[in-house]
Amino acid sequence: MPMDDSRYWPQGTTRCKPIPFLIWMAFCLLLGGWAVHSATLCLWKGLNQTAMNDFFAFGVWIVVDLAIIALGAGAFFTGFMTYVLRRDELKNIINAAVIIGFICYSGAILMLGIDIGQPIRGWFGFWHANVHSMLTEVMFCITTYLIVLIIEFVPLVLENRQINKVPDLAFFAHHLHRIMIVFAATGTFLSFFHQGSLGGMFGVLYARPFAYRTGVAIWPWTFFLFILSAIASGPSFTTLMVMLTEKVSGRKLTTHKVKMMMGKVSGYLLTFYLILKGADTLYWANVTLPKMGVSFWDMYQSSYGIYLVWLELGLFGAVPAFLLLHRRVRESYGLLALAMILNCLGAVTNRFVFTIQPLAIPVLPFEKWQFYWPTIPEWGISFGVIAYGLIIFSLAYRYLPVFPQEVELNK
Amino acid sequence: MAFADKFGAGKHRFGMLIDLDKCTGCGACTVACMAENNIGVNYDETDKLRSIAWMRLYQVDNGKAFPETEVAFFPRPCLHCEGEHGHHTPCVSVCPATATDYDEETGIVSQIPTRCIGCRYCVAACPYHARSVNWFDVPWPGGMDRGLSPLVSPRMRGVVEKCTFCFHRYQQAKNKAFIDGGEIAEKDYQTACTQACPSGAIVFGDMRNPEHTITKLLAANPGAFRLLERLGTNNKVFYLTKRDWVRRLADNYLAHEKLPEVKAG
Repeated sequence: MPMDDSRYWPQGTTRCKPIPFLIWMAFCLLLGGWAVHSATLCLWKGLNQTAMNDFFAFGVWIVVDLAIIALGAGAFFTGFMTYVLRRDELKNIINAAVIIGFICYSGAILMLGIDIGQPIRGWFGFWHANVHSMLTEVMFCITTYLIVLIIEFVPLVLENRQINKVPDLAFFAHHLHRIMIVFAATGTFLSFFHQGSLGGMFGVLYARPFAYRTGVAIWPWTFFLFILSAIASGPSFTTLMVMLTEKVSGRKLTTHKVKMMMGKVSGYLLTFYLILKGADTLYWANVTLPKMGVSFWDMYQSSYGIYLVWLELGLFGAVPAFLLLHRRVRESYGLLALAMILNCLGAVTNRFVFTIQPLAIPVLPFEKWQFYWPTIPEWGISFGVIAYGLIIFSLAYRYLPVFPQEVELNK
Repeated sequence: MAFADKFGAGKHRFGMLIDLDKCTGCGACTVACMAENNIGVNYDETDKLRSIAWMRLYQVDNGKAFPETEVAFFPRPCLHCEGEHGHHTPCVSVCPATATDYDEETGIVSQIPTRCIGCRYCVAACPYHARSVNWFDVPWPGGMDRGLSPLVSPRMRGVVEKCTFCFHRYQQAKNKAFIDGGEIAEKDYQTACTQACPSGAIVFGDMRNPEHTITKLLAANPGAFRLLERLGTNNKVFYLTKRDWVRRLADNYLAHEKLPEVKAG
């Protein structure tokens, strides 16, 4: 058969026929085409194609950036648990975590390339680096961590059934695997810091009451809270993607025990995060804000009301934490997925709130609340990044031995 | 404590004092600023969230119905913050590419448009909206580009710009003082907005120099205040007013908080 690609599939597995796969790819590419069109508009005509303005210096792209970087934290944290803490059962999901991490970080960098007003000068952040800026640290760490992720992804690509037949490449892949602990540790270090710096980016804005947080030394509390929320939601997102792939492919990819472990890790970390986040919110509301002459309630008005707190810390915070802490919930495939979805939505809401809300609030008493809703090109690029992720993950699943347990579980 | 002592060491500390009770809201300061600093006019200037204004004029009122309505105007340039209690200038400390800097000699916050990458983090950091993004290519129709000042670089699309306290005038004044062998004279370094104000509401000068009008006025008016002082931005644009309701609009207060005693005007 001319379109038969089965010889590229991982050994001992089956995949859907080429036609449905191609239709799926065509759909993703269509979304990608929308993104390319949107990116062309923004690069050609400028950022006036967006709904951003001098109030909303950041828009949906930064929200998506922060969200996918948080959700992509499953890569470094699972890597840390697998290679550094030696939780061997997580080797069954680490490949998926690395691929998702790669997608999230490369997607975020692609997006930032369009988001900045002068993309050709993007490298100035490295050349004229301001060491006081949290954003400088973010730029250095996400680019270096992307390199680490590529190094972690390469051996998996080389393990493709046909590529692996080339002795030199097989040898290279094998030995790269053996030193992976070095990269896992490096990735953990880099990722820890830039997840923190992304939070620090907002916490240091001392003239923006909604974002500003006190802290320790040069690090505002948001620095630590962003790390915690990322490592609480990242493993959930990785597991969700595996579950989604299982549902779409109709095949079992990891044992439920692995998923339960990821859920347990998420649950404990989320609970720890919520305790600290609660303390932070109380201190901010009762000490930090009054010193600036504003009250907690002043911060939640107009379209950005108090419902955001209930959503972020209640429905998407306390509820998934409660669910994930219970073994019986984790034992149920559906409930585990539900809790993980809520957990991920909590991280996304947190990133949305920190990106958009500080800018919507009028700090000068004679200014008014503003409202932001993205334009079609902004949505186009946001969905384009998701489509990019779907394409990479679909190709990886089809052609690479991502899940070591797949053959065994589907006998 | 003298007002200039609020700021760190440095030969000069240039600042501005605006008497809100003298400001008529005529807008001459904003027009002079645009002409002086090559600020273009966008196709749609009704979109004030995207228009570029280094000196923006805010109209405020006391919220009362006629005939008790009162109106005032807040002219707002860049406030050239220095920061206090361990903080840096809000915008300077966040810029990843060092495209904005704090000049220790003058206390002026600079902006380097050719180095700006357009990340807009500084815009998010500034609570005064003193920073504008070039969302559009600024049109210079029909020979208007021939009227551009050669002393100020026009900015390109995608970068951030803001008031520089007419820093090019400082450079010229410094050159003149060097040639003449003396110090910078007060009249030699004045911002365009100061010179354009018909009612003399804006006073500009070196707060470190006891002979400068601004230093004398600040000494005579201890009730001079700044916008959003409670945030600790420690900026260099002071305001005067005798009206309590105007004074209260300069900062945020909790409902139970009383306005600090005002001895201004």
